[in-house]
Amino acid sequence: MNPFFDPRFPCGGREHFSRRTLLKAAGLAGLTWLTPLSELLALEAERAGKGQPARSVILLWLGGGPSQLDTFDPHPGSKIADGVGSISTAIKGVNFAPGLEQTAAVMQDVSLIRSMVSKESDHERAVYNLKTGYRPNPTIVHPSIGAIMCHEMPDAKIEIPTHISILPGRWPARGGYFGADYDAFQVGDPKTPVPDVTAHVGADRLDQRLESLSVIERAFARGRRTDLDEHTTLHQVTMAKARRLMTSDQLKAFDVSGCPASDRAAYGDTPFGRGCLAARRLIEAGVRCVEVTLDGWDTHVNNRESQAKQVKILDPAFAALIRDLKRRELLEHTVVLCGGEFGRSPSVNVVQGRDHCPHGFSMLVAGGGFAGGRVIGATDPAGEKEEPEHPIHVEDLHATVQNRLGIDPTKEIKTPVGRPMALSDGRVLGELQG
Amino acid sequence: MASTHLQKPIVKWLRNALFLALILAGTTAAAYRLLSPYPPSKAQAFRSTREFGADFDRTAQSIDAAFREEWTKRHLRPAAPAPSLIVARRLSLALTGTVPSVQEIRALESHPEADRIPWWISYLFLDRRSSDYLAERLARAYVGVENGPIVTYRRRRLVEWLSNALQENRPYDGIVRALIDSRGMSTSSPEVNFLTVTLEAKKGQPDDGKLAARVSRAFLGVRIDCVQCHDGKLGSQWKQKDFHQLAAFFGPASMSFLRLRDDPKKAYEVQYLRETKPEKVTPAVPWSPELLPGDGPLRERLARWVTAPGNRPFARAMVNRMWTLMFGRPLSAPVDEIPLAGPWPPALELLADDFTAHGYDLHRLIRLIAATSAFQLDSRSVDPDHPVTDEAEAQWAAFPLTRLRPEQMAGALIQASSLTTVDAETNVLFRIKHSIDEGTFVKRFGDAGDDELVRQGGTIPQRLLLMNGAAVRDSTGGNPLLNASARIALLAGGDANAVETAYLSIFTRRPTEEEASYFAAKLHGARGKERTAAVADLCWALINSTEFSWNH
Repeated sequence: MNPFFDPRFPCGGREHFSRRTLLKAAGLAGLTWLTPLSELLALEAERAGKGQPARSVILLWLGGGPSQLDTFDPHPGSKIADGVGSISTAIKGVNFAPGLEQTAAVMQDVSLIRSMVSKESDHERAVYNLKTGYRPNPTIVHPSIGAIMCHEMPDAKIEIPTHISILPGRWPARGGYFGADYDAFQVGDPKTPVPDVTAHVGADRLDQRLESLSVIERAFARGRRTDLDEHTTLHQVTMAKARRLMTSDQLKAFDVSGCPASDRAAYGDTPFGRGCLAARRLIEAGVRCVEVTLDGWDTHVNNRESQAKQVKILDPAFAALIRDLKRRELLEHTVVLCGGEFGRSPSVNVVQGRDHCPHGFSMLVAGGGFAGGRVIGATDPAGEKEEPEHPIHVEDLHATVQNRLGIDPTKEIKTPVGRPMALSDGRVLGELQG
Repeated sequence: MASTHLQKPIVKWLRNALFLALILAGTTAAAYRLLSPYPPSKAQAFRSTREFGADFDRTAQSIDAAFREEWTKRHLRPAAPAPSLIVARRLSLALTGTVPSVQEIRALESHPEADRIPWWISYLFLDRRSSDYLAERLARAYVGVENGPIVTYRRRRLVEWLSNALQENRPYDGIVRALIDSRGMSTSSPEVNFLTVTLEAKKGQPDDGKLAARVSRAFLGVRIDCVQCHDGKLGSQWKQKDFHQLAAFFGPASMSFLRLRDDPKKAYEVQYLRETKPEKVTPAVPWSPELLPGDGPLRERLARWVTAPGNRPFARAMVNRMWTLMFGRPLSAPVDEIPLAGPWPPALELLADDFTAHGYDLHRLIRLIAATSAFQLDSRSVDPDHPVTDEAEAQWAAFPLTRLRPEQMAGALIQASSLTTVDAETNVLFRIKHSIDEGTFVKRFGDAGDDELVRQGGTIPQRLLLMNGAAVRDSTGGNPLLNASARIALLAGGDANAVETAYLSIFTRRPTEEEASYFAAKLHGARGKERTAAVADLCWALINSTEFSWNH
C-alpha cells in the first residue's frame, strides 16, 4: 500500500507522513515496505534541502487580468482607487485591498512583484507571453514552464501526467515545440472524477477487447516496416501508458472528496479552492507542474464588485495552499506563482470597468527557495506614469523560476524548424533570492 | 340530450385514436428512416475527367512520369495501387473531414470500378460539407482561430463567404483579391473580416504588420514576417525593410464607424532597428516589381500583384496547401515556406502551371491531385520482405501514413456511429447533437488551431479519450436509433454480414479472411444483449486501432 494514500489518513494532518517521518519509518523498516514511488520521493526529499533546486511549480492562473488596484496594489485615497480601501499585511508598510485578509497574513512567506510589465494587451497573446516567457511568434510555438520542466526534469517513476491543468481556461499550458505530449493534462473540478480514465466495461471484457485489437493491428502491420509502432505511430506505446495511468494508485491524488471537510473548507470549498487542494496533493505525489485557473477577472464592466467576488474565492485558497505546503515541508521545494496575463487600467471607464493594462501589474511568488516578505517595484499612485518603478519583464521572471528549478535558462534547444532556441531569453533576477 | 351525451365519449375516443395513429405513423416513418440501413442514394451529377480536356490527363501523366523518374534514380519500388474504397476514404477525409458512410459506400460500389473515384469527387463537390470543411481549413490560414474584436469581427461570416465561393468554384485569384482589397462592415461585407480580425485593441485600427504576415504566408508561401524586427539571419535573403514595405500597402486601411475604408491621409510608419524615430515607409513589393500595377488604390494594386499570373509563388502556395490537405504532408515543407528561388519538386511546378493556365480552378486542382498515381498508391508494400521505407514515403512512392487531425477524428467517429450519411440532410436534432459532440471531442482531443497542418504526435489523453471517452461510449452504445453498433447487431443478417458492415462503417474496407473468421466466431450464437455487446466490442476495437486514427 502506498502510504501517501492510506485511507485512514486521507488528507494528512497530524498523521501525515512528513519527509522526516517517512525516512525514519523507512529506515526502521529497511525501506522494504516502500513502493518505488515513495522510496523515490523520500530520497528526493532528502536531497532537496535548503539551497537545493525546487522540484515543482504551482501556477494559480487568474484568467482575464486581475486588477492590481483591487487586489495587491491598492492606492487608497487616490483618484484612481475608485473607493477601494486597504488592509495591512504581514509585510510592514505593505497593504492589500480588503478581502485579502488571509493572504495578507501569510505574506511573510510570499514575495510580491508590483511592477510586472509586458508588451501584450490582447488576452490570447498575453496569456501566451506569461505562460511561456516569450511573445507570440508565427514561426514557432514556445513551451510553457510546465512543459519545460517535464522535458528537462523527466521522472519515469511517476505514473500520472506530470504537467496538469486544473479547471483549464481557454488557453491551458501547452507543450509548444516539445510536442503535444508535453501539453498540460486537463481536468475539471476535483470533486468530479478524472475524465476518461475509467473503462466502460469490466476488466475481463477490456482484456477481450484488447485481444481483438491485436488481431486488427496485425492486419494493419502487414507490408509496413517492422518497427512501425516505435518509429511512427506510437500506438502500443501510448496504449501502454494510458493503461498504466488507468490502473495507477497515484490517481487518488486528484480526488479531494476523501479529505476532511475542514481541509476543504480551509481552501474555500469552491472549484478553485478544491483545485488548489488537489494541486497540493499532486505535488506531493511527485507531479512537476500544476496550473489551477480562476477565470472571471476581465472586468470591463462593474470592475469593483466583480473583482471583489473573485477575491473572495482566491483569498482562502491561496492562503490555505501556502500554509498547507509549509506545514508539510513542501513549500521549500515548490514554487508558487499567482497572477494573470496583465493588470487593469488606472482609469475607470464609463461603465465602471477597468480595461487591460500590461504596465505595472502584480504577481505573487512564493516557495521553491525564493525569499518571502519582499516587495519589488511600485506603480504611480496618480496613475499618470505608465512605466512602474523597477519594472520586471515577463521573460526575466521565467528565467528566474527556471534557475530556481536548476534548469539553465540559456540552454538551447534545437526546435523542429531547425532553429536553436534558448529556454528563456530573460535574465535571472537576484531581487527575489537570497 | 341523451344522444349528445352518448356521442361525446365516442367523438373523444375517435379523436384520441386519430391522434395516436398519427403519432404512431410519424414514429414508424422516422424509425424506418433511421433504422433502414441503406436508403436509396441521391442521384448525383457525375463529371468524368474526360470533360476536362486532354491537357488534364497530360498533366497527370507528366506528374506521374516525374515521380517515376525519381523512383528509378533512387531504386525505389512504388507500392501497388490502393483499393478504390481506401482512395475514397482519403478523399472524404481531405474534403469533408470524415469517412464515407456505409450508405455512401454502397452507392459508390454501384458504379464501374474505373468511374468510382471521379464519381466520388463529383459527389463530394456537390455536398455542402466539402465547401464548409475546406472553407474552415483556409480560414485557419487566413485569419487563424482567434475570436478577434467582438463588434467588428465575424469569423463565421467569413467562413460562410469562403464556403459559398468554394461551392460555386469561384476562381481562387478572385477570392484572394476580394479578401485583400475589401472594405465595408464585417456583417454586410464578410470578406472584410480578413482585415478586421487584426484590429488592435487600443487603436481600433488594422494591424498592418499582421496583414503583411498573413498575405505573405497564406497567399504566397513565404515567411517574410520573420524579419519584422531585424534583418534576416542564417542566410535569409530578407531585410527588415522588405517586410515593412509590404505592410505599407495596408497603411491607408482604417476603421470609421465600424466600416473599413481607405484613408489616403493615413500612411504606414515604422521605427527601424537602431533608428531613433519612426519614419514613413513607401509601399513596395519584395519581388517582381514589374507585376505591380502603376496606379489605383494601394490594396487593389497589392491584390493584383499577389494574384498576377506571372507571380508564381501565388500558384505554388495554393498547390502546396491543397496537396497538404489531401496527403497530410506538403510537397514542399513547411507548407507556408516555399523557397522563392527553388529548387521545387517537379509536381509542384506542373500543378502550378496547370492551376495558373486554367484560371485558378480549385476543383480542377483537387481532381488533378487525386488523379496522380501518387495519390492512388497504397500505403503498404505488397512485398512483406520489402516494407515501405521513410524514403519511399518522402518520395511519394507510397501514400504517406499521417495521423488524422482532431476534427477528422471527430468527424470519422461521428460518421462511424451512423450507418447513414451525416450531412446537411440529416435530421436537424441529430445535426445539433453531432455539432456539440464534435466540438466537445475536438476540445478534449486538442485543437491545433492555425498550426493544424504541422505533424503532431499522439498523446495519452487522446488515447484515453478513444478508449474511455463519452463519444466512443455513445457510438458503441445499445441504442439502435443512435449507435451503429446496436443497429448492426439488430439489423445485419448473419455474423459475417455484421462483421463486414462494422468494418465498412469504421474502416471503409472489408475484413481480411483472418479478421472475418475471428470476429464471426466472437458473434457466433450470441443473441439479444449478448450480441449487441459483442458488436460493441468489435466496434470499440476498430475505433481504438492504429488504422482508424491514421490516414493510409
